[in-house]
Amino acid sequence: MGEVRLMKGNEALAEALIRAGADAYFGYPITPQSEVIEYLSLEANKRTGMLVLQAESEVAAINMIYGAAATGRRACTTSSSPGISLMQEGISYISGAELPCLLVNIVRGGPGLGTIQPSQADYFQATKGGGHGDYHLLVLAPYNVQEMVDFVKLGFDLAEKYRNPVMILADGAMGQMMEKVELFEPIPRKTEFPDWATTGKPNDKERRIITSLYIEPERMEVVNLRLQAKYRQMEKEEVRFQTINTDDADYIFTGFGLGSRIAMKSMEVAREKGYKVGLIRPISVYPFPYSIYREIAPRVKGILDIELNAGQMIEDVKLAVGDKTRVEFYGRMGGMIPTPDDVIENFEKFFINNGGNK
Amino acid sequence: MTTYNAPEEVPVNFDIVKDEYLIYKKPKTLTDKPLHYCPGCAHGTVHRILMEIVDEMNIQDQIVGIAPVGCSVFAYDYMNIDIQEAAHGRACALATGVKRMMPDKYVFTYQGDGDLASIGTAETIHAANRGENILVVFINNGVYGMTSGQMAPTTLPGMVTTTSPYGRDVKTQGYPLKIADLLAQLPGVAYVSRQSVHTQLNVRKAKKAFQKAFEYQKQKLGFCMIEIVGNCPSNWKMTPLESNKFVEEKMIPYYPLGDLKVPGGK
Repeated sequence: MGEVRLMKGNEALAEALIRAGADAYFGYPITPQSEVIEYLSLEANKRTGMLVLQAESEVAAINMIYGAAATGRRACTTSSSPGISLMQEGISYISGAELPCLLVNIVRGGPGLGTIQPSQADYFQATKGGGHGDYHLLVLAPYNVQEMVDFVKLGFDLAEKYRNPVMILADGAMGQMMEKVELFEPIPRKTEFPDWATTGKPNDKERRIITSLYIEPERMEVVNLRLQAKYRQMEKEEVRFQTINTDDADYIFTGFGLGSRIAMKSMEVAREKGYKVGLIRPISVYPFPYSIYREIAPRVKGILDIELNAGQMIEDVKLAVGDKTRVEFYGRMGGMIPTPDDVIENFEKFFINNGGNK
Repeated sequence: MTTYNAPEEVPVNFDIVKDEYLIYKKPKTLTDKPLHYCPGCAHGTVHRILMEIVDEMNIQDQIVGIAPVGCSVFAYDYMNIDIQEAAHGRACALATGVKRMMPDKYVFTYQGDGDLASIGTAETIHAANRGENILVVFINNGVYGMTSGQMAPTTLPGMVTTTSPYGRDVKTQGYPLKIADLLAQLPGVAYVSRQSVHTQLNVRKAKKAFQKAFEYQKQKLGFCMIEIVGNCPSNWKMTPLESNKFVEEKMIPYYPLGDLKVPGGK
């Protein structure tokens, strides 16, 4: 058993970055995740020699990651919605240049400057590609502080396996709340770097060029085909989800991250009231676990999707389910958090009070 | 390799083609790929100077370059070194990431005026202000070359471009930005020098400046920038010779050559 501590989400995440053997963190302060760069500034360099650099902007930070990642090092950043929007240019380039890195979005309410309260309104941006071009991030959605920690290690491993950026899609509540966490044993920083890394041309080998530019359309298409093959492999090998009480369920509550946590509590309340409710919680939101919805949909009367946005993941749920069962949505926006009572009220409104014949 | 037949009236004595008579050759770190730059363009000369220094210092295995967006976007086709292609304006941020991971390697960016002094102004100034131990090569020809001749931050007052077709009006389009002068004010900056390559004498002076900059990087003295006041015959609508005359008569008076800051000095 690893060391157990009571930690705030953002600080646990920062601790995990140090323990995961990260070589560099480039960031810019933004609420509600500034504790990450503060914690790292205090702890990281003295413990592992890890570089922590406060950039002049998120635009610069993501491009510093591009440079560092291209040398084969473990580079990462954390930010929140408006900052992640600024990074989209760099994320597109990094995806095109096929570099590994870890990005964390502690989502807050938007659009625009929005609010500093928790939100899940960046689901589309994270899973469908917020920058230009046909690319995908591999996106993991933690629902507690433990997963904030575990996904750091997993995220770096997956980023390096696929040479693709990985994003941890959390939210302000996940970053700010305190929970008990078990920390993994520290991993030493790497001392050997991959062959593709630009570390200075070896005398006996070809030079390395890290680029996303291919002027000839024939070559550009080949690069795109390679990227798409990589995403198909992710869809085969990296789908992660959790199910609870689905065996006898008449209804399914679903959601990711904080939404799934509220759905989980709502499921318990619903069971106490005699409704047979189960839960599907996507852990990887790209690749999305379409198959589990497809499998369960034909044997339930309905699915209630709970999100802290206007309904974004529901598009993927509907894509999976088709007309096999009813899919309804309940969510709050702008930093408001739905309560289990709200969820039950809406569940009964949609599925019970009108006999399921809306 | 292309062979040329000399005109018959000019007899060529091939006996003189001997290694011991060789006074100039292509640096080995420059690839064999023909340059895509327009005839008369300064880029080829600056590429050559840089790669000559890589050869002379024998640092091909210890250097990483950052290419920009602009005419020199394909610099990596010609420089036989490990190299990264940045987004428009972000070269100094990439260079920061690279250099901080490998402080003992040589790192340089190669950027034009639009890239460095317009869209990348923040990245450039802050890399300089942090005293990043990198060399920034800044090619200033007062025009966006790759997108075919729009106004740049460094376009001279009254100069005609496709987006200042009546001449740059400083009242509405602002003044040419002397970014080297700005950077020279910053304490993190070790060396700023403005050079040109429009005459053979200037090429030699520019090379000396580059040699110094590499030496300063080796000594970890801080941020170095060499601005090359360049030309753009195609977009200036001039012959190469006319463009060099324009550099001499118009560009250099506005962007005077010489060191703007030297280590430990002004």
